[in-house]
Amino acid sequence: MASFLTAAACLVLGATAVGLLRILRGPADADRMMAAQLLGTGGVAALLLLAAAVQSPAIVDVALMLALLAAFASVAFVRSASHSQSKPPPAMNPR
Amino acid sequence: MTLALDIFTALAVSAGTFFFLAGTLGLLRFPDTLTRLHALTKADNLGLGLVVLGLLPLVEWPFGAFKLISVWLLVQLSGSIVAQLIADFVQREEPRA
Amino acid sequence: MSTVFIFDVALVALLIAVATWIIAARGTFLAVVAFVAYGLLLAVVWVQLSAIDVALTEAAIGSGVTGMLLLGAASRLRKTEVAAVSAGAALTWTAAALCALIAAGLAAVVLFPPSTIFTLAPQAMAHLPESGLGNPVAGVLFVYRAFDTLLEKVVLVLALVGVWSLAPDRFWGGVPGLPAYEQPNSVLTLLAQLLPPLGIVVGIYMFWTGANNPGGAFQGGTILAAMWILVMIAGLQEVPSTNRRSLRFLVVVGPAIFLAIGLVGFVLADGFLAYPAGYAKPLIIVAEAALTLSIGVSLGLLAAGPPERIAQR
Repeated sequence: MASFLTAAACLVLGATAVGLLRILRGPADADRMMAAQLLGTGGVAALLLLAAAVQSPAIVDVALMLALLAAFASVAFVRSASHSQSKPPPAMNPR
Repeated sequence: MTLALDIFTALAVSAGTFFFLAGTLGLLRFPDTLTRLHALTKADNLGLGLVVLGLLPLVEWPFGAFKLISVWLLVQLSGSIVAQLIADFVQREEPRA
Repeated sequence: MSTVFIFDVALVALLIAVATWIIAARGTFLAVVAFVAYGLLLAVVWVQLSAIDVALTEAAIGSGVTGMLLLGAASRLRKTEVAAVSAGAALTWTAAALCALIAAGLAAVVLFPPSTIFTLAPQAMAHLPESGLGNPVAGVLFVYRAFDTLLEKVVLVLALVGVWSLAPDRFWGGVPGLPAYEQPNSVLTLLAQLLPPLGIVVGIYMFWTGANNPGGAFQGGTILAAMWILVMIAGLQEVPSTNRRSLRFLVVVGPAIFLAIGLVGFVLADGFLAYPAGYAKPLIIVAEAALTLSIGVSLGLLAAGPPERIAQR
């Protein structure tokens, strides 16, 4: 069972890897914003499978943390990209 | 009993992995940002749900199972809302007729 | 060739690919996105190296909050980005050679370790039950090297003062200019209403479980900071003015309580930061609770940036 779960984690990681490299290439910023979301699901799945494979419940905590922070990172990306689209950059204060 | 549970885990995890691979295939082949977003959020979330379902027999009740389901609910919530945000952004950037 | 080995090889290959992408990226947005992805993947690497506490911190700080800080910096630099001169070939190759040298040195240390590796781990584990803690990392942080932890928390406050001092004099004590998400009535409001309660529960859980399992004040505090930043970005809460007394109190309460506990050690135990026998765990929990709060507020204010305007009365 443990090696089956690790093999599944391997496949999920591979799918995430290929997806990530494709997303980072994506022609627009909108594509690249999806990278955090991709890792938020793929990385979480791989970690959950690893946690069951090695019987370590603490790894589920890492998956929890990853899910929360990936969501936060996605919001930060969307905010930054839409901020740069709409406003011209703020003038720097003369120092 | 444990054999039946093991088979259930194997089936659910395999189905979940299959959906992850399908999601990546969609990412590679779909022509458009919005369709790629679809492939990413729908297929991958379904894959995660099936993986969590398959892992439920393996963890201790109730606290371990509760944590697994919370992770899945969290990813569902954030995934769906982030997908809407990104789609909103794409819509504002390139408005369609 | 076991499946774990294949998994590790795939992980390392992906990491190197993403790292190369970050270096070769043309635009800052792409580089920051790749950097966040790199941080999240690095968390999986730490898990594989059995360093769960580090994995938690990496996922929290190394990807989420640092990514946001970098994006904020990139947006402030956008006006100068066009005029930036890219480094010449000589400089790039020198940097690459030095990096390769460092990587080779690290590989040599790992692959050819000295015959006897000096370690204090057995003694640290042997004395851990006396403090009542079950997590050896918490033991190192709060018992064996408590002085370092106190200094690190003070450094966080100093970093915050440093960021605030970037503002022009007339704005000192003003409101940080954290740009909010501009679309009103968007679905982000829903996320900012639903996610923070969950995040706060997870943050408190992370701090509480750190005594016996991987976790601790820093990881819990970072989640609290991320939830606060999310609420501010969504516009559900105003960015607070930095001269607000309650805010400044929250920033210093953690290091102050930790310092007070350390000074109490002179009276009740052997010396500075020594815990009286049997009271180690309650004192550590109290210190960690205060530190979680302080870290959350400090990191949130760090991400908000230097003050940019005076608060309207």
